[in-house]
Amino acid sequence: MSDKPKIAVHKFSSCDGCQLAFLNLGETLLELPKLVEIVHFAEAGPMDEDQPVDVSLVEGSINTAHDLERIQRIRKNSGYLISIGACATSGGLQALRNMADAKAWASAIYASPEHLDSLDTATAIADHVKVDLALWGCPVNSRQVLGALRDLLFGVAPREERRPLCMECKRMGKVCTLVTQKAACMGPVTKAGCGALCPSVGRACYACYGPSELVNDSSLGRCFEGFGLLPEDVARRFHFISNGAPVFRQAGERFRGGA
Amino acid sequence: MSEQRDIRIEVPVLARVEGEGALELDIEQGEIRNLKLRIFEPPRFFEKFVETHTCDDVIDMVARICGICPVAYQMSAAQAFERLFEIDPGQWVRDMRRVMYCGEWLQSHALHIHLLAAPDFLGFGNAIEMAGQYPDEVRRGLMLQTLGNDLIAMFGARSVHPVGLRVGGFYHAPSLDDVSTMRERLEAALPEVEALIAWAASLNMPDDHQQFVSAGLRHPEEYGIYSGNMYSDSGLDIDVSQWDEHIREIHIPHSTALHAELNGKPYLVGPLARLNINLDRLPPQTAALLEKTGIRFPSHNMFHSLLARAVEIHMVVVQACQLLEDYGVPDRPWVDWQPKPGVAYGASEAPRGTLWHRYEVDGKGHVSSARIVPPTSQNQGRIEEDIALSLQSFGLDKDEDALRLHAEKVIRNYDPCISCATHFLQLKMRRS
Repeated sequence: MSDKPKIAVHKFSSCDGCQLAFLNLGETLLELPKLVEIVHFAEAGPMDEDQPVDVSLVEGSINTAHDLERIQRIRKNSGYLISIGACATSGGLQALRNMADAKAWASAIYASPEHLDSLDTATAIADHVKVDLALWGCPVNSRQVLGALRDLLFGVAPREERRPLCMECKRMGKVCTLVTQKAACMGPVTKAGCGALCPSVGRACYACYGPSELVNDSSLGRCFEGFGLLPEDVARRFHFISNGAPVFRQAGERFRGGA
Repeated sequence: MSEQRDIRIEVPVLARVEGEGALELDIEQGEIRNLKLRIFEPPRFFEKFVETHTCDDVIDMVARICGICPVAYQMSAAQAFERLFEIDPGQWVRDMRRVMYCGEWLQSHALHIHLLAAPDFLGFGNAIEMAGQYPDEVRRGLMLQTLGNDLIAMFGARSVHPVGLRVGGFYHAPSLDDVSTMRERLEAALPEVEALIAWAASLNMPDDHQQFVSAGLRHPEEYGIYSGNMYSDSGLDIDVSQWDEHIREIHIPHSTALHAELNGKPYLVGPLARLNINLDRLPPQTAALLEKTGIRFPSHNMFHSLLARAVEIHMVVVQACQLLEDYGVPDRPWVDWQPKPGVAYGASEAPRGTLWHRYEVDGKGHVSSARIVPPTSQNQGRIEEDIALSLQSFGLDKDEDALRLHAEKVIRNYDPCISCATHFLQLKMRRS
């Protein structure tokens, strides 16, 4: 028996990209088992979904009746549950279907929709069970995931990032795309944590890290309109990767409705 | 009699594949009665919700179909739009996109060989266990995977869902310093990759030759990565806009992915198929290394897929070194463009095989309809056919655990990407 903390990585509907925060660690991946025991991580090999663990990391959104049952079971078996990535924290890009008439889609698509195990919505893990820590990002990076695990191993509560990307971008000395290019940059309303990747390649942030605290979406949206974007273009900036986050969903709906 | 027993093998969740799939296998009276590779990830309706978005948005959206091969999605989409809009982004963009794509092949193949497939052939449950006994091999794999990821990030700022690609080119050109450091790392990796090929050829593989059609992109001058005609060793050689005349997708009830057929039959895409039809496009030094293994290609042993991946790793490292040789930073790494209404077709070779896109675009440059055919749905028919043939030659009288492991090995050979395969059922809607 190992006395190391046990961790599990679970997957729901997703692109598998957040699990790569582990699989892309390079040689650090070989160090990880010295600190923790990985009991379930299907893509990497270990499979023991129902073993009680200290920490579960959950990727993906809830899309089926089976998912509903499985996430309850995972919660029951987990001391601490971390949702990783846009799908797990806000439903992901596929939550765009929540705004459409999903029933009509399903019956148009499938000959026998009654046999289909697919809910009408793609929803976040926190809509169904208590989530102890949400790590945003599409995808999350290794620094975020290892940082949280490291904090837990030290016995301290990991801190959630709340600041807007602009803070990180300025600290890194990047050129502001909103000011210099009049680009519809979502940095002012998006969580920091990615490393200001889009501004570093000279393009506007598209909000894959979800909403920051104190989002002034109306003001930013009006600024975009001043750059020449139509209200539906502004709505699409909010209804993108993190469309399922309530503040972005509402902002997008307001602009789409002509606010 | 042992071959008279009835066995039911179920693998409820396949380990070491991307996405969630399962296998059902019934053997009755020594014969396979039922064999289903079940893919049950729920469809994510991607093709539906890219509608109304701009072409540049779509490049970032389709990347989210697959975390392992986002570059492939971006490359097929960007080329489709550029072709429709009659944009020529120029030689620099073309070369650098090839280099970025080499990064994706490098990371994906290195991940598959070392973390997903090799434990099967060396008798381990996973790569971390394998690292105890084969530390150098696992480290080499992780080093190559990291090199590939860094090569993608040099253009896209990160390796998963990179942010560098746009219609007309790139948002940004890497600096001379970054490129020169990268070239040194790529060159330093070449001896390691040579060793990888020899190692891959030395693994004890089942001798299991089967008849199948190899298909993929073929280009007049280069190994099919970024572009080319859809080609097969059964005589297909078409522009990617003629895809629908030859390749048909059918819905199989037990799977949420579509199966594709080429002129009514299953076919193979991916590393083995690609190498089979692109042997004369290998760089001479790669061809010489393959020759030295003593394993003859074209090969119809599916278990040679792992070696094909190793050979392709060498090819992409050589290619990336060559293309970065006289690197210069352009004034601007993209060209301007105007949208045009019409139908856009694009295809490129994802690490797992041909990835085909078709978009209808309106006059404002917004997508009004999309269809995507990923490699794993093309391979699904072939995988089921292969499991049946392979288990028969393995011996249906073997014990249940051995049969299960063998079937899993066969499936993992294809590096199936179930995340890719499952988001496309609305295709059926458009047709019916």
